[in-house]
Amino acid sequence: MGEIWSNILLYFENNLDAYLTMLQRHTSLSLRVLAIAICIGMPMGILCILFRKQQKWIVGFFQVLRIIPSLAVLVLSIRLLGIGMGPAITALAFLAIPPILMNTVAGLEEVPFFMLETAKGMGMTELQVWIKVRLPLAFPLILAGVKTATVEIVASATIAALIGAGGLGQIIFQGLSVRRTELLLIGGISVAVLSLTAVLLLDLLDCFLQRYKRGVST
Amino acid sequence: MNTAIEFQHVTKGFKGASYNAVNDVSLSINEGEFITILGSSGSGKTTLLKMTNRLYDPDSGNIILFGENIRDVDKVLVRRRIGYAIQQVGLLPHMTVAQNIAIVPKLLKWDKKRIEARAHELLELVGLEPKEFSSRYPAQLSGGQQQRIGLARALAADPKIMLLDEPFGAIDAINRLNLQDELKRIHGGLKKTFLFVTHDINEALKLGTRVVVMNEGRVCQFDTPENIAKNPADDFVKSLINSCREQEKFWEGLT
Repeated sequence: MGEIWSNILLYFENNLDAYLTMLQRHTSLSLRVLAIAICIGMPMGILCILFRKQQKWIVGFFQVLRIIPSLAVLVLSIRLLGIGMGPAITALAFLAIPPILMNTVAGLEEVPFFMLETAKGMGMTELQVWIKVRLPLAFPLILAGVKTATVEIVASATIAALIGAGGLGQIIFQGLSVRRTELLLIGGISVAVLSLTAVLLLDLLDCFLQRYKRGVST
Repeated sequence: MNTAIEFQHVTKGFKGASYNAVNDVSLSINEGEFITILGSSGSGKTTLLKMTNRLYDPDSGNIILFGENIRDVDKVLVRRRIGYAIQQVGLLPHMTVAQNIAIVPKLLKWDKKRIEARAHELLELVGLEPKEFSSRYPAQLSGGQQQRIGLARALAADPKIMLLDEPFGAIDAINRLNLQDELKRIHGGLKKTFLFVTHDINEALKLGTRVVVMNEGRVCQFDTPENIAKNPADDFVKSLINSCREQEKFWEGLT
């Protein structure tokens, strides 16, 4: 145990710059994927509500994608897209879109009909009903979807090191190949801490945006 | 006296229903009247109300507001001129009380100061201290308080016509009586035309200057509360009055 601990310290002494680069790469990869997943997942969720007939197809397609393990998606994407950051982002986005898409659909569907009708009855246009009523009321569930997606992205981004996207996965795979436990620990714990931090930040945002529910006035 | 609302042979049916929700209804309502529409569920009373602000459009017939056929006016514009309050209230939970009241004035692009002054004035009108309530969220209000805000919101842009769909339906008996009295007071001071839907005969006869009794999409009787009580027009109205009388007997038996 003491040996592992000193090995960990030694690793940071010698490789701090490399570690920080990998951490930075992991974070920026995750953020980019998240941004893309939100930009695709949310509008598609809205489209599902606007075009109910197509909803089954869109949701079904992404649900099937979700069943495929992340590793398989990443490995398959090498075949289709090659290696590097681009393919990693694409593959991870496919994993992150479903929770955001499905929660957007669920959130929008949960808005009670009478809310929409009173909003219309007050003289809001269709667009105003969406912006002032539908989306704000759906937001808590959409954010929950973003949280799920974030956890999935940060975890799966580890595997993205396999297809040359860098990140904390590099430490883990290096540790596996040279059988060095301290590298596995450093990589694993770092990913876990990163993931927890992301969730914590989103929870704070959630609390702040939903303060009206707890009845704390501004 | 001006005619505020005129229904001319208004008919509306929904798919799959065995009879029309509203069947050949013609009514003429004067400015400043407090009209209650009384009927059981499925009588068409809510459908009639929702046609007045074009949430539904009639299959046939015309609705004229102050001489203007609403078929020819943009839906959104019709609605912004009419106050609308419902049983579920529908306050937006992420907005404060003041912001909820400001919704329609904002849609009408009033300036900020005018909106603030109006919200203040309305909170006083509905009996809620502006300083205490302006910045609260709906989750911090009781059911009765929420409905008061619902009324204030409907009154915000000073509409000539108010549509009220069982606004006190979910409120306990004591608060309900208070709110009824206050609504009567508010109506008296404003010279607005109120259309108030209810299934409670006591409420209908207490509040209405005239009462529309509806059954299965048709108007059974449209008259003052006194005349309805004295001369019920048909068996349905009679049975309504009798149900009330029986309740009275029940009470007498208890005391």
